[in-house]
Amino acid sequence: MRLPPWLLSDRAGLVLLAVLAIIGIGVPVLNLLVPPDNPLHLTAYTVTLIGKYLCYALLAVAVDLVWGYMGILSLGHAAFFALGGYCFGMYLMRQIGTRGVYGDPVLPDFMVFLNWKALPWYWNGFDMFWFAALMVLVVPGLLAFVFGWFAFRARVSGVYLSIITQALTYALMLAFFRNEMGFGGNNGLTDFKDALGFPLHADGTRIVLFVLSALALAGGYVACRWLVSTRMGRVLVAIRDSEDRARFLGYRVERVKALVFTFSAMLAGVAGALYVPQVGIINPGEFAPLNSIEAVIWVAVGGRGTLVGAVVGAVLVNYAKTWLTGALPEVWLFALGGLFVMVTLLLPYGLIGLLRRREAAT
Amino acid sequence: MSSRTPSRAGFLALALALLALLGVPSAHAADDGSVRVVLLQLRDADFDGKTELIEKLVTLDHPRIAVILKALSDSRLYYQEEGDRVVIGLGDAADIAIEDAVSGAALGKAGKRDLDRITANNRLRSLIEDRLASLGLASTDPRQRKAAVEAFLRNPDPAGAERLRARLAVETDNELKDLLTTALTLADLASDDAAVRAKAATALGGRLQPELRGPLARMAAEDNDPVAREAARIALTRTEFRLQMLGWAETLFFGLSLGSVLILAAIGLAVTFGVMGVINMAHGELMMLGAYTTWLVQQWLPVNWSLPVAVPLAFLVAALVGIAIERGIIRFLYGRPLETLLATFGVSLILQQAVRSIFSPLNRSVATPDWMSGTILLGPLEVTLNRLVILGFCIAVFALLWLALQRTRLGLEVRAVAQNRAMARAMGVRSARVDALTFGLGSGIAGVAGVALSQLTNVGPNLGQSYIVDSFMVVVFGGVGNLWGTLVAGLSLGVANKLLEPWSGAVLAKILVLVFLILFIQKRPRGLFPQRGRAAEV
Repeated sequence: MRLPPWLLSDRAGLVLLAVLAIIGIGVPVLNLLVPPDNPLHLTAYTVTLIGKYLCYALLAVAVDLVWGYMGILSLGHAAFFALGGYCFGMYLMRQIGTRGVYGDPVLPDFMVFLNWKALPWYWNGFDMFWFAALMVLVVPGLLAFVFGWFAFRARVSGVYLSIITQALTYALMLAFFRNEMGFGGNNGLTDFKDALGFPLHADGTRIVLFVLSALALAGGYVACRWLVSTRMGRVLVAIRDSEDRARFLGYRVERVKALVFTFSAMLAGVAGALYVPQVGIINPGEFAPLNSIEAVIWVAVGGRGTLVGAVVGAVLVNYAKTWLTGALPEVWLFALGGLFVMVTLLLPYGLIGLLRRREAAT
Repeated sequence: MSSRTPSRAGFLALALALLALLGVPSAHAADDGSVRVVLLQLRDADFDGKTELIEKLVTLDHPRIAVILKALSDSRLYYQEEGDRVVIGLGDAADIAIEDAVSGAALGKAGKRDLDRITANNRLRSLIEDRLASLGLASTDPRQRKAAVEAFLRNPDPAGAERLRARLAVETDNELKDLLTTALTLADLASDDAAVRAKAATALGGRLQPELRGPLARMAAEDNDPVAREAARIALTRTEFRLQMLGWAETLFFGLSLGSVLILAAIGLAVTFGVMGVINMAHGELMMLGAYTTWLVQQWLPVNWSLPVAVPLAFLVAALVGIAIERGIIRFLYGRPLETLLATFGVSLILQQAVRSIFSPLNRSVATPDWMSGTILLGPLEVTLNRLVILGFCIAVFALLWLALQRTRLGLEVRAVAQNRAMARAMGVRSARVDALTFGLGSGIAGVAGVALSQLTNVGPNLGQSYIVDSFMVVVFGGVGNLWGTLVAGLSLGVANKLLEPWSGAVLAKILVLVFLILFIQKRPRGLFPQRGRAAEV
């Protein structure tokens, strides 16, 4: 099998894919085959944690595609992530069936609690896996397309776009907090039992979810890498560097933007859908503007416009977060805040930029 | 929210104290003896007899009547066999201090067993309350007189009407005169003459006292004279209409109040974002600093004096932090608005955590000064004083900022740099200094806004976050770089929010406004009042 030239020339990408392949095989082996008393054994907790990082990394890749290559600083990408999560969470809710606290065969617990008699229409179909999986792509994609289509056609750009994407995710957060929306309000969706008949708490299911996350990240990365190496990818960069010039040269800027924005939102949705079964809950807090901004900082730390950097940044920052919130919870926000400031001031091209500079110097 | 209208019990206590001190001014005050006689009769009377005796006591016009009646109502009036007199108990211990009911002279202590309580039932208590209110008609305090008239409105009787008519002849307070006339008109509703009833009903139409609606509604339904019935119906319709208008006015006020908060939060942003093109995500945290400054000031100054000190101090604190942010971070990032956004967001996280570490993650309660608490009547509209003060404060801040930008040297330089940086520098404006000061000005206003917010919401580390999205929307809606746009945008968004609320609920109203704004920006990306000219094309 020969790799296509756009992938072959992407050395960092090949390293990333190789690493993903290694942990995609290594982590299950260390978890399932190495006995628990062996120091090399990975606990189920660690597997889930790494799986979570991979989902975040996919979100970061989605953000990098629009920010690093197209110059759209979206402060609302966590909204697409959360929507994907909610879509899959709805499927998981419907799978609970009679095992809920109230034992209603159709209605999730919170609806019984709210004294609802029937399932809202938009919950229909989510008992089928294929439908939920489709919605994971369609719902974030549709929202991004409609939002992007209008915004880009009106030539809303720069900070204005950032602000309204933030308003979008904020409005969604408020909406999902309402019990009347039918998504569990404050508590969100939780208490999941199984997916496609496999119990979520079983080690095997966790491993499958983990491998799926690694595959999704690899797939998402390859797709984005391919996209930016095509002619359309060049147009993206042209739009980032000078939108007006690209427009004057005859490119339909708003179409390209809306299309790529939609694709990016779908990637974020997939990341959310894989995230939810691993952490076991989705609630409106995922829509919080802070989450979107954190995703942006992962990209900035790794290096925008590199895709690999997004993955590196997401994993590093989240690892630091896990470690710091456990060891020194007081310090975490100082560290994150300091990271924002330092990266923008001192590392405009992120860690990958730093590596490249060093390479160029030697 | 506490109300400045005294509660009924509070009023009674007030009336009591006042009447006890001053006595009821009267030309023919009854002598102590006749009061004693009635009091002794009171001991043996049944409840009907007590009713008559209370009425009799009221007509006696003695300075201690109010005290005695209040004591009877509170079950503190006793008959003491030793000395054959009626006394008032002043406590609730087994041995209670007593005083003579008529003279008020202290009589030492007495065992409860030696005292024979003179009982009252609830009917007597409500009668006493009414009569005490009537006594209040003669009070020198207009508020007590008003309460007395209101007591009549709740329960009109012919004897009371006579007292009111007498009072109206000598009353000087215009508001009270009006209320007295209303009360007397209400009494006319019970007249035997249908024409008088109809006339009274017509006169009462549109008056807002809630006590009037019951009698009018009864009349519209039951009066046997068709003309009077019709008059009552029309009067009721007029009242309904006025109430509805009042409801709208109330909504408008709440909207303006919310708008003033939005403006206060957004106006500093309008300076930094609008004039300098800088996105300051730490703006909300600067407001938080202002609010915490208020809290600190209140730790060592009495609450009533804290705000005048807190306002300049909060301005200073926030302005200094703002200048530090500008000099330390933002000046390296001019021309890269997205990076500025990220860096200042980092600053906001650091400030939040700093406050959390230094003070506490819990909310701090900032007290409201007396002169800002309670309610006040604006015409027929009852508004909370703190919201009114903040509305005025918002206008003052806006006016000062506008003057500073239009009439001072710094303002001139700020506008020059905003319009054309290169040209301004060529004319000798030190743009770096102007940038720092502009940022300090915008930040300082955020601090001042924080003082106002501390009077309305909880002061905690998350204070700023809850306003940041809103305030950006206000600035963008109004048109970047346009102070008037911010004013109009803030007020209209506030009013729109409050108009939607009764129909959709608070959260949905907020969502709807946000969605509207998102759509609006698609339609007019440069806001309501876009800056014109080449300077607008950054």
